[in-house]
Amino acid sequence: MRLNESTPVAAPAETVWRYLADPENYLRFMSGITHWEVVGDRANGLGARYRILVRVGAAEVGGLVEMVEWHEPFDIAWHSVTGVDHRGRWRIREQHPGRCRVEYRFAYGVVGGGPAGVLTELAAAPTVRGQMRRTLRQLKRQVEHEQRRLEAERRRASR
Amino acid sequence: MPSAPTGLMAKASGFVRERARRRLSARLEDRDPDFIREALPVLWLLSTFYFRAEVRDLGNVPADRPALLVGNHSGGNVIVDTFIFSLAFSTYFGVERPFHQLAHNLAIAWPLAGGMLRKSGTMSASPEHARDALAAGAPVLVYPGGDWETHRPSWESDRIDFAGRKGFIRLALEAGVPIVPVVSIGGQETALFLSRGAGLAKALRLDRLARLKVLPISLALPWGLNVGDFAGHVPLPAKITIEVLPPIELERDFGPDPDVEEVYAHVTARMQEALDGLAAERRFPVIG
Repeated sequence: MRLNESTPVAAPAETVWRYLADPENYLRFMSGITHWEVVGDRANGLGARYRILVRVGAAEVGGLVEMVEWHEPFDIAWHSVTGVDHRGRWRIREQHPGRCRVEYRFAYGVVGGGPAGVLTELAAAPTVRGQMRRTLRQLKRQVEHEQRRLEAERRRASR
Repeated sequence: MPSAPTGLMAKASGFVRERARRRLSARLEDRDPDFIREALPVLWLLSTFYFRAEVRDLGNVPADRPALLVGNHSGGNVIVDTFIFSLAFSTYFGVERPFHQLAHNLAIAWPLAGGMLRKSGTMSASPEHARDALAAGAPVLVYPGGDWETHRPSWESDRIDFAGRKGFIRLALEAGVPIVPVVSIGGQETALFLSRGAGLAKALRLDRLARLKVLPISLALPWGLNVGDFAGHVPLPAKITIEVLPPIELERDFGPDPDVEEVYAHVTARMQEALDGLAAERRFPVIG
């Protein structure tokens, strides 16, 4: 199952990128996330690993993920290493100066689950989609707040 | 020299004994992570939509060392909360992390279900099996109350009843692992459990023949009056809630030579407090 949601953000791509590149922010804006912990020495960048958990229905689902794409300031993608099979991607694209669109893609699968696996993917989709939409709303709110703070800082500095 | 029929009987009896021994022998490597991964969708669907299950505070299970998980047993022979907990454990820690449960010999020896249970990491209940799994670094889930607790009447759903069994404490002490209480509610509402039938089991000598101290009587689907629950039953869609409590470090909390009676009182009291809390959240039977 592959789900795709996006939102316009009133901030430059670089601001969104800085926010998404910091693993400490994920517990603040990702809906349903109960755990986002750095595993290993690398906090971010290609090859960084995190242990993540998301509540979906009766279970907290997740596992170890690894960052497999890290193209500043456009794309971040991760794949699961252990736990439930999934992959995710942030796509940040500048639309006008100072404004961009953030796309959140999430794909998950239940390998070998047969018909029950297909049913599970379908049954989980509304919950996952709802979490993705809330995640993007929270990301937009927090990044735009950060952008207003940066602009105020610049104004103060130029006085 | 034995006569031909006697020799045949001895051979047949030896064959049955060997089959039973092989069925009950627990090898840690019988656990099959791929089988568990492929079973997760069915368990998730049932847990989420049929039982509206909720598993809280799995983070209390130590992530990097073995632990003895001690649960209250509910649901008769259809132990719904065990399957829900196994699902939650596997999705939380990943099927890659070994995890074992101990079950009654009869469940393990069952022709089809027994094989599936072994692949899920279930072993027949014995201290040796638990010791092996803990020594291999795996958390182990045990139900000290066993058949006595799981067949308690439905109106005792909110009662911890280990029948004074303390073997789990000695096991944790020997293995040097913490005890992590796992408290659940709702399982006793999957049927209307009327009586353990302890007197009946004793009269029929089931305790000697099959290690059964009970012959439970319940009203359950699809049987109506259900005596023994040997073939299981279709569980009612009772809401199941499971809470994992913080680990109890025996030597830290009770000194270098803990008193088993004191530890037993502490563990059961903490579990009873948590169960009282879960019971207070419920407004209606089955619905939750």
